[in-house]
Amino acid sequence: MSRLEAKFISLRKAGRKALIPYVTAGDPIASVTVPLMHDMVKAGADVIELGVPFSDPMADGPVIQKASERALVHNTSLHDVFAMVKEFREVDNETPVVLMGYLNPIEVMGYAKFAELAASAGVDAALTVDLPPEEGAEFVAELAKYQLDPIFLIAPTTTEERIAKLCSVASGFIYYVSVKGVTGAATLDTGAVADKMAAIRRHTELPVGVGFGIKDAASAKSIGAVADAVVVGSVLVKQADAHQDNPDAVSPAICAILSEIRGALDSL
Amino acid sequence: MSQQDSINDFMNMPDDRGHFGPYGGRFISETLMAAIEELTDAYESAKKDPEFLAEFDHDLKHYVGRPSPLYFAKSWTEKLGGAQIYIKREDLNHTGAHKVNNTIGQALLAKRMGKKRVIAETGAGQHGVATATVAARFGMECVVYMGAEDIQRQALNVYRMKLLGATVVPVESGSATLKDALNEAMRDWVTNVDDTFYIIGTVAGPHPYPAMVRDFQSIIGREAREQIMEQAGRLPDALVACVGGGSNAIGLFYPFLNDAGVKIYGVEAAGDGIETANHAAPLCAGQPGVLHGNRTYLIEDPNGQIIETHSISAGLDYPGVGPEHAWLKDVGRAEYVAINDDEALAGFHDVTRIEGILPALESSHALAYVTKLAPTMNKDEIIIVNLSGRGDKDIHTVAARDGIEF
Repeated sequence: MSRLEAKFISLRKAGRKALIPYVTAGDPIASVTVPLMHDMVKAGADVIELGVPFSDPMADGPVIQKASERALVHNTSLHDVFAMVKEFREVDNETPVVLMGYLNPIEVMGYAKFAELAASAGVDAALTVDLPPEEGAEFVAELAKYQLDPIFLIAPTTTEERIAKLCSVASGFIYYVSVKGVTGAATLDTGAVADKMAAIRRHTELPVGVGFGIKDAASAKSIGAVADAVVVGSVLVKQADAHQDNPDAVSPAICAILSEIRGALDSL
Repeated sequence: MSQQDSINDFMNMPDDRGHFGPYGGRFISETLMAAIEELTDAYESAKKDPEFLAEFDHDLKHYVGRPSPLYFAKSWTEKLGGAQIYIKREDLNHTGAHKVNNTIGQALLAKRMGKKRVIAETGAGQHGVATATVAARFGMECVVYMGAEDIQRQALNVYRMKLLGATVVPVESGSATLKDALNEAMRDWVTNVDDTFYIIGTVAGPHPYPAMVRDFQSIIGREAREQIMEQAGRLPDALVACVGGGSNAIGLFYPFLNDAGVKIYGVEAAGDGIETANHAAPLCAGQPGVLHGNRTYLIEDPNGQIIETHSISAGLDYPGVGPEHAWLKDVGRAEYVAINDDEALAGFHDVTRIEGILPALESSHALAYVTKLAPTMNKDEIIIVNLSGRGDKDIHTVAARDGIEF
């Protein structure tokens, strides 16, 4: 059983919602990332989404763009990200790690090599933002050889027909993008999210996580009421921006926010 | 047998999912998929609709001023002492470049789809001006994304866009140039997907853009083919055009792709030289990768990060290239070469002095290659070179290179 599957089964048994924080690897400096991952688990993270920096993050808003830029100042590469996950796994062999990023660094490395190195580092899944299933058959096949889960996005504009298609190729969990826009965008319509959840669940038994637009305990709680997992990104990454000159302060600031959200989710 | 010999139709690309061999396709976030599918359906129906095509032709004739002349450059031909050189005068179009062929087509499509707001990315500002122009004419709201660096370099075009009623948004992210403007336009589109049409300026981006923009620009090659038959009584021996994203080039090349006797040369920007780190020549010195929705040749580092490019010409200063060019290179149907900044400037001065035509620095790359190619050919052979835009916008850049300030 994969780490993701095991995690969601145990959460379901406990009646808990999954909390999935996103941080960009190497932001603001490389030495922050692994201790931050451990701290986030202590603060209540169930799964960690680790961003692979890319020079042209087209689907991301300004907060996560800047995180990529900060990480790329010191050339954080896929190899560096694998090394971080490997180091994290020396202590934590339970918390699933999902890599989130764009296709080109993986193209350049080669799909087969990516899958092999990701699996041996202890990565559990890959969310490749600009790789829809129509273009992704070869990549998904390589991931499958190493029991890595391909995570796909579903958007508010995704048709029911495409929801069915995406659900048929996805494993691990489904990631629902709750707003029209980029990461960190403004308004969240909980009612519309609930409607779409129902449509998605008609096509899959997989857990459904919701992200883009969740920024505090209140919004996390309202989404947690209808989803299996809540993904929080930009509001955390802002802390790396705010404390970029004092990297020691990044983890405490992020974990303070996470603890609050954890509390809200556990009150459901 | 080479790949080229085994292909007998170069004009049936892309496949129905936008692939030119391994290139092209649709590498986009799910957040854009519905909009791209809506656009694809609308374009597929429009291109078969005689009414849409008639309106497009009407606007090209009466608003753009087509057909653009195919001009025999007698003095320049004699000076170079080789092949006869014909210049396709896209610089004489309304707004001064080939870009307007495409913006007319896409704006008509936007109107047909009921979109009230258009957005665009621009580097040198030519595509931004061409978009702002058609938006003004159709009464559409227009937002143009432009790298903050480029806004500094192209103040004249920025003001032109503002006069036309467009909002010009400076893009500060990344390297603050054309590629970042494209990223930002995509982000706008995702956010305002219901009422917004994204007018991409070149044959890049996700399917259907590379094919759609090519179709709109192919008027260049269709006219040139007719005009050379009329003037010379036969097809040319070679075509030459500059390649940034590659829309003027594919516009000229496409109608000749199945004419085996016509050699095709795409000219990239070598900047300081393709042996240096400062160039914009992905076909000559890059590798395949995925950016801006399609697989193509890119200028990237060993980790797959996109590298900042350099060219004296802002319109060629882009790290990718249209996927059809990537395919034409691999199958050997077209040859891609590079011309550096100094050579392009020499081409600019030559054609200005010898023919009395002031070319854009983009087009000057193609002209500079002609000065190398023509002397190697016989006097009864024919070259058609695409002069994709006029050079007024580049006067400051040229003057600065000569140490002159206004």
